[in-house]
Amino acid sequence: MTALWGAVILSGFYHGINPGMGWPLAVSAGLMQDKRRSIVVALGMLALGHLIAMMAILLPFSLMKQLFLWEKELRYIAGIVVIVMGLYLLINRKHPRFLARVHPTKLTLWSFLAATAHGAGLMLVPIYLGICSVDSADTGHQAAQSLMRGNIINAVKVATIHTLAMTFAGGILAVIFYFWLGLKFLGRTWFNLDIVWASSLVLVGTLGILTARFGH
Amino acid sequence: MTLTPDPTFHATAKLAMQAPVENYGFTVMLSPDGSQPDGIAVVDLDEKSQTFGQIVHQLIMPNKGDEFHHFGWNACSSALSPMSGHAFLERRYLIVPGIRSSRIYIIDVKEPLEAKIHKIIEPEEVFAKTGYSRPHTIHCGPEGIYVSTLGGGGEDGTDGPPGIFIMDCETFEIIGQYEMDRGPQDKHYDFWWNLPQDYMVSSEWGLPPQYEGGIVAEDLLSNKYGHSLHFWDLRKRKNIQTIDLGENHQMALEVRPAHDPKSTYGFCGVVVDTTNLQGAIFTWWKGDDGTWQAKKTITIDPQPADPDDLPELLKGFSAVPPLVTDIDLSLDDRFLYVACWGTGEMHQYDVSDPMNPVLSGKVEIGGIVKDTKHVNGKDFAFGPQMVEISRDGSRVYWTNSLYSTWDDQFYPNDEGGQMVLARVGENGGLELDKDFYIDFPKGYRSHQIRLEGGDCSTDSFCYPSV
Repeated sequence: MTALWGAVILSGFYHGINPGMGWPLAVSAGLMQDKRRSIVVALGMLALGHLIAMMAILLPFSLMKQLFLWEKELRYIAGIVVIVMGLYLLINRKHPRFLARVHPTKLTLWSFLAATAHGAGLMLVPIYLGICSVDSADTGHQAAQSLMRGNIINAVKVATIHTLAMTFAGGILAVIFYFWLGLKFLGRTWFNLDIVWASSLVLVGTLGILTARFGH
Repeated sequence: MTLTPDPTFHATAKLAMQAPVENYGFTVMLSPDGSQPDGIAVVDLDEKSQTFGQIVHQLIMPNKGDEFHHFGWNACSSALSPMSGHAFLERRYLIVPGIRSSRIYIIDVKEPLEAKIHKIIEPEEVFAKTGYSRPHTIHCGPEGIYVSTLGGGGEDGTDGPPGIFIMDCETFEIIGQYEMDRGPQDKHYDFWWNLPQDYMVSSEWGLPPQYEGGIVAEDLLSNKYGHSLHFWDLRKRKNIQTIDLGENHQMALEVRPAHDPKSTYGFCGVVVDTTNLQGAIFTWWKGDDGTWQAKKTITIDPQPADPDDLPELLKGFSAVPPLVTDIDLSLDDRFLYVACWGTGEMHQYDVSDPMNPVLSGKVEIGGIVKDTKHVNGKDFAFGPQMVEISRDGSRVYWTNSLYSTWDDQFYPNDEGGQMVLARVGENGGLELDKDFYIDFPKGYRSHQIRLEGGDCSTDSFCYPSV
């Protein structure tokens, strides 16, 4: 159980440090408006967009989870969906052009679209389903209604904790670059994570299927 | 795709100024009568090199009659915005359009001395996918590579207005027209933008029948060339405001926004004021009420001349107009260079206060009447024209041809292509380097220059200079 919540936080850090999830935009906002507060506002907007993207994926799964009779099957299907997304991103290396059409100040919308297009929410699904599964095993057979409430609460918790971790990691980088490093290091420390990212999806999906099969 | 961003991408203009200096330049080789294929000359700009200031490689095209003019990079510093997702492109390809043929060459210059053609886009594809013709200015931006055109559809390019189209920045596939709502825009020339502020500015030359066969004097005297600036919502692809500079301000050409994205102003050069033959620079800016404004901030007077010294076109005026045909702004937004192609002068203005430019340097070379020689004693055909500034702002390069048929009208007795270098003083001032003088191969004229690693008229920045 701790390992699964640890995974929620780690995935948050992982998303947060990826410039592709937007922390350089917070630095830019702070510089453009000459205000430190603008960094916080921008990080908040990015976080909100990310949170909505997580919820948009996790909530439907929490509803499906209500059909607990097919729980294993659901975890298999979820694992396959995540693997397919990873493979798709490995094969199609082009960046979605619609992201470039978002107005530069609409960071919430951009963050939502960027997270969704890169399958950031999907990466959490196997972890989330694992948490729900442990939860229901711990509490025995409860009324369907209370299980569902528990699943929704878990979805909100997973999305929120993940987003907080992501914002924390991205925020620290934004502050370090804004106050100390300067933008000179932006180009040098920005690594192409495309393949790593897509492989992470495949890995998480595979682990999801394996744990559904052999563990919780 | 690379592992870390191309080292020639810079977050801010200031960082670009501090980066290593250019080792190579790429300059258009134009066969004015189409008797030879056009090409790209690779010029050695490494001052420590034995071949400094020489053409060290020529890439000659497989077709004749393309008429090269402007060109640009497949990727620039704008790739460092996470919003567009292009951070791992390489600045590797030059996009070189032929404005007469509408053919587009993608040239791989990763190894400048082994520059080679990577892809050719045939004119038919440009016509079919865009409805435009005569591709011209190249900028890389959020949605890929943006290409402005000087002609619409049809044989003479007047079937529909010219505009901008977008190309994929990796495959170089033409995606299609940029504009979703062009408003009153019906002519085109240059364009540029401010990416974080999400606006674009475009300008107007004239329609193909007004320039391809030469300048049409009746059209000029009846103010039928372009004289408007168009402001666009860049990402919505919508014209939000058109400013008419006044119909006497004929041919609003180069658009140079401040490089620092925090600034909301820029400059545009006007070739000739038909009421007095002056050349002019307009400063444009965003007013407090959010609307765009423009004001004439530089005027350059014509110089009296004996009609005997003037070409047919100008004899009646007994004066030579400056003909402001290119301008360029240094990366620190401090100096604006203004090419006076008619009088044969390159002006340098201190534009620290963009509303009150001050002339801070001047070089005389070429010119219709003065025909000033280079400081090394050699001839300079035509006048100073396409100008490019090194990223650090201390070297200014320029060439001499405007446009094949126009060269012949304004300078009927001149021929040849030259590229020269002037050095900038600590606090301004401009002086020709007597050792840098490139005479182009026989039969070729020269036009736009691009510098290895980016220059002052290509890169757009996503982060403000601090």
